Amino acid sequence: EMEGENEVKLHGMWASTYSKRVELALRVKGIPYEYIEEDLRNKSPLLLQYNSVYKKVPVLVHNGKPITESYIILEYIDETWQNGPRLLPQDPYQRAQIRFWASFIQQQLFGSFYKLISSNGEEQEKAVEEVFEKMNVLEKGMKELLPEGVPEVDGNNFGVLDILVTATFGPYKAHEEVFGLKVLDPEKYPLLFSWVQKLNEIPLVKGVLPPHDKLVALLQFIKQNDLKPSS
Amino acid sequence: MAEVKLHGTLLSPFVYRVIWALKLKGVPYEFVSEDLSNKSALLLKYNPVHKKIPVLVHGGKPVCESMVILQYIEETWPQNPSLMPNNPYDRAHARFWIKFAEDKGVAVWKMFRSTGQELQNTMKEALEMLQTVEEHGLGEKKFFNGDNIGLVDLAFGSIVYWLQVIEDAVGVKLFESHKFPRLHAWLENFKQVPIIEENLPNQDEMLVVFKRRREQLVASA
Repeated sequence: EMEGENEVKLHGMWASTYSKRVELALRVKGIPYEYIEEDLRNKSPLLLQYNSVYKKVPVLVHNGKPITESYIILEYIDETWQNGPRLLPQDPYQRAQIRFWASFIQQQLFGSFYKLISSNGEEQEKAVEEVFEKMNVLEKGMKELLPEGVPEVDGNNFGVLDILVTATFGPYKAHEEVFGLKVLDPEKYPLLFSWVQKLNEIPLVKGVLPPHDKLVALLQFIKQNDLKPSS
Repeated sequence: MAEVKLHGTLLSPFVYRVIWALKLKGVPYEFVSEDLSNKSALLLKYNPVHKKIPVLVHGGKPVCESMVILQYIEETWPQNPSLMPNNPYDRAHARFWIKFAEDKGVAVWKMFRSTGQELQNTMKEALEMLQTVEEHGLGEKKFFNGDNIGLVDLAFGSIVYWLQVIEDAVGVKLFESHKFPRLHAWLENFKQVPIIEENLPNQDEMLVVFKRRREQLVASA
């Protein structure tokens, strides 16, 4: 609503799925912003000040005021810049459903991804099963939420769910290459798979997702050094 | 108006958040008691993903997860009192604390279920959670939502009020007034809000139930 002097900065990290969510939203809305790459092993004093509770990226800074937590930033962007495509529906029930699935992706799905990459042997086998279970739940949930199938997406028709799916699964080939596991299986999860194919064709998405080789190299490094992926 | 039903159990802090929100908004509802040891077909149909309470069913359509329900209530019945701030920045701030309550509040429930080293760990988590809220959450405000209570107050109200009972049941002491003066003052104010005061379970009665549950948990640990 307020056009005035709109200074927007994003503190992010090029491989962070959470950071990518915000970049996608800013670009969908056509909001000009300054991007500040954070070295997560050497966080800037500004980042620590803006996000004193979690000390994480992404942080959106709008006219000097920080907003943290990627999903919350998406809602903030949608409510503040109301021209251009809406990221969230206006209907409270639909918003509740989207919030439910956003929470599922973050807590349940990412939780099991994390277990998968940080465990070995039998533990890891269990973790794999868990990942497939959660993916199943997500596939079913999206089928119910989108009974007509995946809607047409492009640079102007891009909502919060599209953002979440893109940021989570867009780089799936890099994940498969490094972890040797086909999570986004087209036979098990046809809706999610075809959705991701559609999303990855969009120029907006191509311009935001991390470059394949660079991401593979980083993930290999994390895997080899038993590091914990963090934002 | 489409009918509103709340599926839940008595003494659930998550259910109480929803009760408080509905009553503050003056929304009439029917309470449907669920037996979690024998979940109803209806509950499983309404919440197939988590199979948990509370579930709010509005005009036959289910909403799950207490804080998702609270935001749904605020957006569906936006009339007074308003339970969220009226500008995007302050709303983002409130949502931050809502998420914090969801993510970090679990330490309290985990504490109730744990013994030995696990208990030490969850107590530490719960203390850190309280410290963060004490330091960063309230500022100089009377309530998290300003002069009047809002969704963030409901979120932390259930955590802190239940913590007082859980502490006693487990036999530890975390929420001390000299360590958390702001939170203590806030809790007193919270409990005196008329709708809250009228809808608070009695802590002595809660303690009897929680002590019994705790004994069962420890015995089977």
